[in-house]
Amino acid sequence: MTPAAGIMQSRSGAAPAPEDAAVLSVRGLCVSVRTEAGLRPLVRDLSFSLRRGETLCIAGESGSGKSITSLAIMGLLPPPAVRVTGGSIRLHDTELTALPEARMRGIRGERVAMIFQEPMTSLNPVMTIGTQLAEAIRAHAQVGRAEARSRALAALRAVRLSQPERRMGQYPHELSGGMRQRVMIAMALALRPEVLIADEPTTALDVTVQREVLDLLRDLQRDTGMAIILITHDMGVVAEMADRVIVMRNGSMVEEAPVERLFSDPQADYTRDLLAAVPRMGQGAGRPAVADAPVARLSDVVVRFPLKGGLLGRTTHHVHAVEQVSFDIRRGETFALVGESGCGKSTIAKAMVGLVPHQGRIEVAGETLSAVDPGGMKQLRRRIQMVFQDPMAALDPRMTVGDQIAEPLVIHGIGDAAGRRARAADLMQRVGLTADQLARYPHEFSGGQRQRICIARALALQPDLIIADESVSALDVSVQARVLELLRTLQKEFGIAFLFISHDMAVVENISDRVAVMYLGQIVEMGTRAQIFGNPQHSYTRRLIQAVPVPDPGHRRPPGVRPTGDVPSPVHPAGSGPARVRLVDRGAGHMVAVED
Amino acid sequence: MTVADASFTPPSPLRRLMRRKLALLGLALIALVVAGAVLAPWIAPYAPDEQLFDGLTLEGAPLPPDARFIFGTDLLGRDLFTRILYGAQTSLVIGVVANGLALIIGTLVGITAGYFRGWIGAVLMRFTDLMMAFPALLLAICLAAIFQPSLWIVAMVIALVNWVQAARVIYTETSSLATRDFIAAERTLGAGTGRILFRHILPHLVPTIIVWGTLGISTTVLLEATLSFLGVGVQPPTPSWGNIIFENQTWFQTAPWLVFIPGAAIILLALAFNLVGDALRDVLDPTQRGRD
Repeated sequence: MTPAAGIMQSRSGAAPAPEDAAVLSVRGLCVSVRTEAGLRPLVRDLSFSLRRGETLCIAGESGSGKSITSLAIMGLLPPPAVRVTGGSIRLHDTELTALPEARMRGIRGERVAMIFQEPMTSLNPVMTIGTQLAEAIRAHAQVGRAEARSRALAALRAVRLSQPERRMGQYPHELSGGMRQRVMIAMALALRPEVLIADEPTTALDVTVQREVLDLLRDLQRDTGMAIILITHDMGVVAEMADRVIVMRNGSMVEEAPVERLFSDPQADYTRDLLAAVPRMGQGAGRPAVADAPVARLSDVVVRFPLKGGLLGRTTHHVHAVEQVSFDIRRGETFALVGESGCGKSTIAKAMVGLVPHQGRIEVAGETLSAVDPGGMKQLRRRIQMVFQDPMAALDPRMTVGDQIAEPLVIHGIGDAAGRRARAADLMQRVGLTADQLARYPHEFSGGQRQRICIARALALQPDLIIADESVSALDVSVQARVLELLRTLQKEFGIAFLFISHDMAVVENISDRVAVMYLGQIVEMGTRAQIFGNPQHSYTRRLIQAVPVPDPGHRRPPGVRPTGDVPSPVHPAGSGPARVRLVDRGAGHMVAVED
Repeated sequence: MTVADASFTPPSPLRRLMRRKLALLGLALIALVVAGAVLAPWIAPYAPDEQLFDGLTLEGAPLPPDARFIFGTDLLGRDLFTRILYGAQTSLVIGVVANGLALIIGTLVGITAGYFRGWIGAVLMRFTDLMMAFPALLLAICLAAIFQPSLWIVAMVIALVNWVQAARVIYTETSSLATRDFIAAERTLGAGTGRILFRHILPHLVPTIIVWGTLGISTTVLLEATLSFLGVGVQPPTPSWGNIIFENQTWFQTAPWLVFIPGAAIILLALAFNLVGDALRDVLDPTQRGRD
């Protein structure tokens, strides 16, 4: 019925849709940002249409313009610098680009809704969930307070939130990340919009929670017939959710195809590269087991954080972040710690470099961490280095990268100024950057380059062990693949051992020699890569592996149980603690926790 | 921004500071005030405490600005221009030295308390709260009464009561900086406390310190005036911009220039430091590079 729908011919080979089915059509969309050097385009000549009940994925790496596109549809481009400079966005027969803000407000939320990546920042921290939902409803529908609340409650039920009546009176910080994202979805869907834009809705969530949220979105779509634009960088999510896919790069569409064809027969070179860079389970190459002496050994390590309360500020509860964890890391091997957020994997890393106090024994290079004096500690730091998750946060923004790479040498008094400069230049080349970039500041580099700089800094002291705490999680897949390749090369060259901490099972499967799975501060399964991924024994390990989105649209997951219960808490009253799991050897060093 | 350019060498901060017009204006104003203060004995048309016979009208009222007395005269028939020049000496010492000293104390207390937290932080910040709870003026009067009033003693006294606000702000900022990853990274490299505090945290505090520094100029100059008015500051007839305002404020309606001119001088001095401070902040911030 709409004129735009007639013009918009989908390039897909899918069954031709009736013309009146296009809910949203975007034609020749251009978005530009005003800079001192004139207008710089962020999105160039983008056209697509979206039918009722369809899921369109916009995939691309950071800076590809996918989020800008969604903001343009919502009319939420940050004024005044960024604006639509051409093309049209039509919702049925309403031209959205020409709509005044007052009318746009009526459409936003009611007909086109959006959910964002980080649910915590999208919810108002000082309002209860119920009040926020009711307010969102009352902003659009002429209903009374009581009616709005009952609709809010119904919305919470629809997103399968446990104990919805209780959640209405709670504040955002009392909910877990997955529950918050459910609330965001409830808020977006309370008004039954025709189009839902989900901008990286599961990127900040754990895999098992991501699984639940994706299932929920699919079920809700089936029930309501809304159209979804799903923006993601994760090709696994694309394969599971999409009907059609648009691949974007540098603001332009590279390829548009139905999901099966995109994966089976990608046309553009860029799409092929992107798909090749995606880590897949089962790609890891088996390496002979490393039998060298351990560079680090943990025995019965415990980390607890006291929670104080009451009038006298006494410790009433403990957060049992790490409970009786033991493992060792051998020279030249990659040992991976996997688990979901809050399982204590990062806390172990922090304990190993002395950033948090611990009980139990941590030995590095034969010396016990808690027994060395400050001088000895400084020497030990040369043996063990850390690469953080967010390279921008881990680099001092007011120091040139050259100074930062040379910093460990200065601290430990190694070499003279000229020698240190030469070493910094050498390290830069080693991680794939050039020496003339030494005089620059961190903000002048891209995310992947910054992580290389962090690796160069960690290498400066020639450590035996590098702890990589989610070091590739924040990077685009193609960049991630190159950084992983770099780590492998460096390991071969210098015989460094890696403690690789990650929540990404596919990446771990690809690069690790041995794996330990953590749950609520304890190791529930530990063994070689082949043992863990080839023959997972513990139910939690199986759940983790099954939850990983597979970048193959033909793959059908077995319909497992959908857990909706709360994650157990690691907080226990002082004096009591979690039940300790018992690990038994199931053969060839494959340690598995006994389950009841 | 990442275009390779082998010949890329950043120009020195001073050169880039000089490229900014507003910074140059600020520097010129500061130079003017310093020159006026230093050269006062030579360029002032009269002596600072000389009561001129023709400096008053026949009724005994002060003269408004005219060709002979460009800033007019005060209640005792003294030339205001001369007194402003001499007053610059006092006000510069108070506004720059006392204020600078207060900033240094505040920064040291704030950065130490913010980084260490724990009992060191608790002790330092409770002491800061204690200082805040006392009316600054009362404390200054006590201190100034104990010591023999002189310009330098007054400067010390002002520094001792004025560091608390800066310490509070620096404390808050340091404690948030201390939890950032790059500080944790620095600790894992084995960096000592001094290195972390002064090489990595302090540069991030520069914008805050500059803001407090410029705000402090006018408050310290006026605090000195208050002390002088109460008889525990700079002793009359030595002029300072603050005490010129205070001596004459009751005559505000009949002789407004006696308040406006020294007031404008204080504002100009604060503005000049503000302009230079703002430019300095941008020049020292590498992320602002290329926006000159």
